Amino acid sequence: MSVGLEDNAIAVRSTGLTKRFGRQYAVNKIDLAVPRGSVYGFLGPNGSGKTTTIRMLLGLVRPTAGTHSLLGHAMPAGAGRVLPRVGALVEGPAFHPYLSGRRNLFRLDAADRWADPATAAARVDGALDRVGLLAAANKRYRAYSLGMRQRLAIAATLLNPRELLILDEPTNGLDPQGTREVRTLITHLAADGATVLLSSHLLSEVEQICTHVGVMHQGSLVAQAALPELRATHAARATVTTDQPQDAAKVLGDLGATDVVVSTDTVQATMGAVPPEKTVAALVHAGVPVKGFAQSADLEDLFVSLTGEGFDVSG
Amino acid sequence: MSAVEPRLVSTRLLRSELMLIYGRRRNWAGLAVLAAMPIIVAISVKISPPGGSSDGPDFFSSITSNGLFVALAALTVELPLFLPLAVASIAGDSIAGEANLGTLRYLLAVPVHRTRLVVVKYIAICLFAFSVTLLVAGVGVLMGLTLFGGGDLTLLSGTQIPMSEGALRLLLVCGYLGICLCGMGAIGLFVSSLTEQPIGATIAIMILTVASFILDTIPQLDWLHPYLLTHSWLAFGDLLRDPIAWDGVREGVMRATAYAVVFGTAAWARFSSKDVTS
Repeated sequence: MSVGLEDNAIAVRSTGLTKRFGRQYAVNKIDLAVPRGSVYGFLGPNGSGKTTTIRMLLGLVRPTAGTHSLLGHAMPAGAGRVLPRVGALVEGPAFHPYLSGRRNLFRLDAADRWADPATAAARVDGALDRVGLLAAANKRYRAYSLGMRQRLAIAATLLNPRELLILDEPTNGLDPQGTREVRTLITHLAADGATVLLSSHLLSEVEQICTHVGVMHQGSLVAQAALPELRATHAARATVTTDQPQDAAKVLGDLGATDVVVSTDTVQATMGAVPPEKTVAALVHAGVPVKGFAQSADLEDLFVSLTGEGFDVSG
Repeated sequence: MSAVEPRLVSTRLLRSELMLIYGRRRNWAGLAVLAAMPIIVAISVKISPPGGSSDGPDFFSSITSNGLFVALAALTVELPLFLPLAVASIAGDSIAGEANLGTLRYLLAVPVHRTRLVVVKYIAICLFAFSVTLLVAGVGVLMGLTLFGGGDLTLLSGTQIPMSEGALRLLLVCGYLGICLCGMGAIGLFVSSLTEQPIGATIAIMILTVASFILDTIPQLDWLHPYLLTHSWLAFGDLLRDPIAWDGVREGVMRATAYAVVFGTAAWARFSSKDVTS
């Protein structure tokens, strides 16, 4: 098969990928483009079609329509060639409860015709060590806590060097310490050159480590962009700390800010396209003593505006 | 990156599969029950030998004359329920069990080609089927020789054969019953590919098997008998005649093969196109 230059730059691509269960569209014509080397945050509320998409990407579920490729190989035809280079965590951990963590990893390694049996013991222990599970390696999986189970599932993706990691809610069930460790691990894997597709229903969880974001809502991909791009195009919210909040509010108002909220020593406002340096300069020019200034693209707002605020899952 | 070319033949998955089957405590319990039957048979007969003409199975009355008959008697009493149940529990668990745990999606993502998975699962079921007949026979021989001793044995046709040939005949019986159970295992593999409930699959297989036994006893349905899974299971007795009456056994092997081909293919067709959503 010929691999175009463009395809080499894209680790995961889908065109019109669709899955219909009965009359319900779980995933509706999505065009994913995950660049090589990126950490792609695949966001969306529960039930928005993320997991079904991931199942289709891995060839577990047959798409109703559309095509996709992984690492430049058309799926599912190329599954045998490409999946050995892909590590996947799909919809939570799943192992044999009466086997130990180590035995479970051996089982998966035994199933892998690409894996070298001579190095299996070293690779299994290495993977367990990377997720901090070596001490509990001989415990039965049944006795593992949810966090340990999640770690074991992540360890399974690390049994061999991978070019692409597809991780569905990898921090689910982890304590804050574990969440931080997984984030660090993902950052390291990405730094080593792996592409990471990371699904989550929490923007805050992935915002710090992602370079790209795709947002799912009711089966459709409603936004997809590089994170800085998204930040730049979306309204940024500024917080000014000052002794004279009224004066500051007036300056911000003159700059065209909206949603100005004044409190005793801070002013918050949505700045639109006004760059932060211009805002600060205007404040100083007007003689407002600026004690502190912060501005962030409020992606949470964007996320909520795209996916709706309700607690209800997508139907 | 890592090795680009996979090893063409790897027995690691099959060995892992066998370790799952024989390493599981539930299955140890099942095997213990299977092994207990020849022990019970041998001890019962030792304590209270059957009279000259009993209503029980043929082999019981011969046990006191030769220990090998403990194995044959045990196989006979376990054939209607215990042996099929053991195979049904393994076959029912084969795909549905992995689907139920969710491990199926991870195996397929490794990747394990679906055809390969079905083939490996079926080989494991067949090896298990042969192993249970050998287990029952082995324990039976051990108990029989201990309690009743060996020596020449008298066949159903009345001929005497030496002990060594008797052992060979017993191995043939185990092989034949193993083949019969493999035919049933293929049905199990297919049913297992339809569901995510291993127990449900096991029950379904047992219902089919027991129904086949029952239908086989209804003379009015004789037109149906040649198609029944269990129709020639009891033909293993023909292996204990002199000369061996091969007709029934040959027919039984062909019937088991036909079941294996039809249901093995159905399992493969079903599983290779199935959406794995578990």
